[in-house]
Amino acid sequence: MSLPEDLKYAKTHEWTRIEDETATVGITEHAAEELGDVVYVEMPEVGATFEAGESFGTVESVKAVSDLYAPVSGEVVEFNKELEDAPEKINEDPYSAGWIVKLKTSDPGDDLLSASEYKEATDTDG
Amino acid sequence: MAENGLKRTPLHREHVEAGAKLVDFAGYEMPVQYTGENGGIKAEHGAVRNHAGLFDVSHMGEVFFRGADAEVAVQRLVTRDVSRLEVGQAGYAAVCHESGGTVDDVLVYKRESDYLVVVNAANREKDLAHFRLNTADLDVEIADESEGWALLALQGPEAVGMLQRFTGADLASIKYYRFVEGEVDGKPAILSRTGYTGEDGFEVYLKPDDAPGLWKTLTDAGAVPAGLGARDTLRLEAGMCLYGNDLSDDVSPLEAGIGFAVHLIKEPGFIGQAALLGQDLDGAQRKLVALEVEGRGIARHGYTVTDGAEIVGEVTSGTQSPTLGKAIALALVDSHAGDDLQVIVRERPVPVKIVGLPFYKRESQGTT
Repeated sequence: MSLPEDLKYAKTHEWTRIEDETATVGITEHAAEELGDVVYVEMPEVGATFEAGESFGTVESVKAVSDLYAPVSGEVVEFNKELEDAPEKINEDPYSAGWIVKLKTSDPGDDLLSASEYKEATDTDG
Repeated sequence: MAENGLKRTPLHREHVEAGAKLVDFAGYEMPVQYTGENGGIKAEHGAVRNHAGLFDVSHMGEVFFRGADAEVAVQRLVTRDVSRLEVGQAGYAAVCHESGGTVDDVLVYKRESDYLVVVNAANREKDLAHFRLNTADLDVEIADESEGWALLALQGPEAVGMLQRFTGADLASIKYYRFVEGEVDGKPAILSRTGYTGEDGFEVYLKPDDAPGLWKTLTDAGAVPAGLGARDTLRLEAGMCLYGNDLSDDVSPLEAGIGFAVHLIKEPGFIGQAALLGQDLDGAQRKLVALEVEGRGIARHGYTVTDGAEIVGEVTSGTQSPTLGKAIALALVDSHAGDDLQVIVRERPVPVKIVGLPFYKRESQGTT
C-alpha cells in the first residue's frame, strides 16, 4: 500500500497536502481499496466552508456510500471536475489525479497523522 | 464452521486462494468480491456480461419433497401451478403467508420421483417451519439436504460452450429453465439452465466434495470467479427481485411485479391465494417500479421516493449499473403515484424516470 511521506493523514482515511494556504484533499489508497470501484463523488460547492472533521461530501462505490471528512478547516476553492466523468481516478491514482477538493486554509493540520502513524492506525483496524 | 461462527461452503479454500473479500451473508462466510487482475465488482460484472463468470452459491438451501402427497404439498406452498411443470423443468415461484406477504421466492424442480425446492439461505429455517407447519396433514417427507449439495453458477455468453467441454450431456438441447441429471468433470451433477444474472448459463448442483474440483476445472478454463457484489448488480440490471430488498414478509409477489410466477387459479389452491386474488381484483396498494436516475447521485435501498409533494414509496434496490453506466433502482411505490418521481439522496431530491424492466437484456436469449 502506497503512503506518500509528504502527506498528512486523517484517521477517517483522507490525505492532505498543505502548500502555502491551500490544502489538497483526497482519500487514501487503503480507503479506495476498501471501498472498491468508486462510481460517484458528491462534492461541495466552491465557497462552502468546513470545520476540520466535518463531512464535506461523499464517495460511493458500487456497494457502499462513504462520507468524506475535512482533514483541516477551510473554504472550498476548487473541486476536481474530472471526477464527475471519471470517478475511477480515485482508485487508479488516489494521491494525484484522484484528488477531490482544494481548501483555502490557515490550519496547519497539526492533529493529523504522519504516513507511519496512519499505517499503524490502519494496521490496527485490520 | 469458521472461528467467527459463520458457516463455510465447500469452496472456502478456493475463495481464499483467489483473494476473496469474505463477508457474513446469511450466516455464511461468502465472497463479496475478489482481488487481483480480474477482481472487483465492475470487472467481475463485466466478465459475466462478456465472457463467463463463476459463482459459488452453495449457501442456497435444497429442500426435497417426497412421498405420496409431495405434489399436493408443493402446490399448497407455492404460487405457481407445479402440476404444469414437466419432469426436467424448473419454475420460479413465491411462497406466501395467508396475508399475501412473501415468505420466500424459490425455484421448484420437478424430478421423476420428488420435487426439489431451492430456497434462499437467509430464509431456510423460516421456510422449513412454514413448510412443515402447513403440510402436517399430508403424507410428505420434507428433507432439508442443503448440507449435502454444493451449487456453482457458471454464467455469461461463453458459459454454455465452456461447460460443454466437461460434460457428456447435450447442453444445447436443454432449454431455459430445464435441467438434466448427468455428470460434469466425471462427477454426478444436476445441470440446470437457470441463473440470476440475465445471461445464459447453467447452475450445477453437485456433492460438496466434488465442488472444489469443478471450480478448478472451470477457472482453469477461463471462468472468472465472481462474488455476491457482482451478483447483485447483475441481477438488478436483469430486473430480478432480491428477497429482503424487493420482496419481504409484508410485500406480496403481485406488488413486487412477479405476478408471472403466480397462478391465481389452480387446484389445489395455495396459501395466500385469497389475499392475492383480492389484490388482483381490487388492485394492489403498491407496485414495484423500475427507475433510472436522471440527476446526479445513486438511489440506494431505503431511500425515500416522492412525487414532489408527498412521500410515495421507498427504493428497494439501487446501484450504479456497470453495464449501462447510470444509476438504476427498483422502488415500491403507491399504486396511485404519478410518473413524475424523485428520490431523496442525502436530503436532496434527485429526479428519476420510470422505465421498463429489465434494465438490461442480452441480445440473444439463447435456447429458450
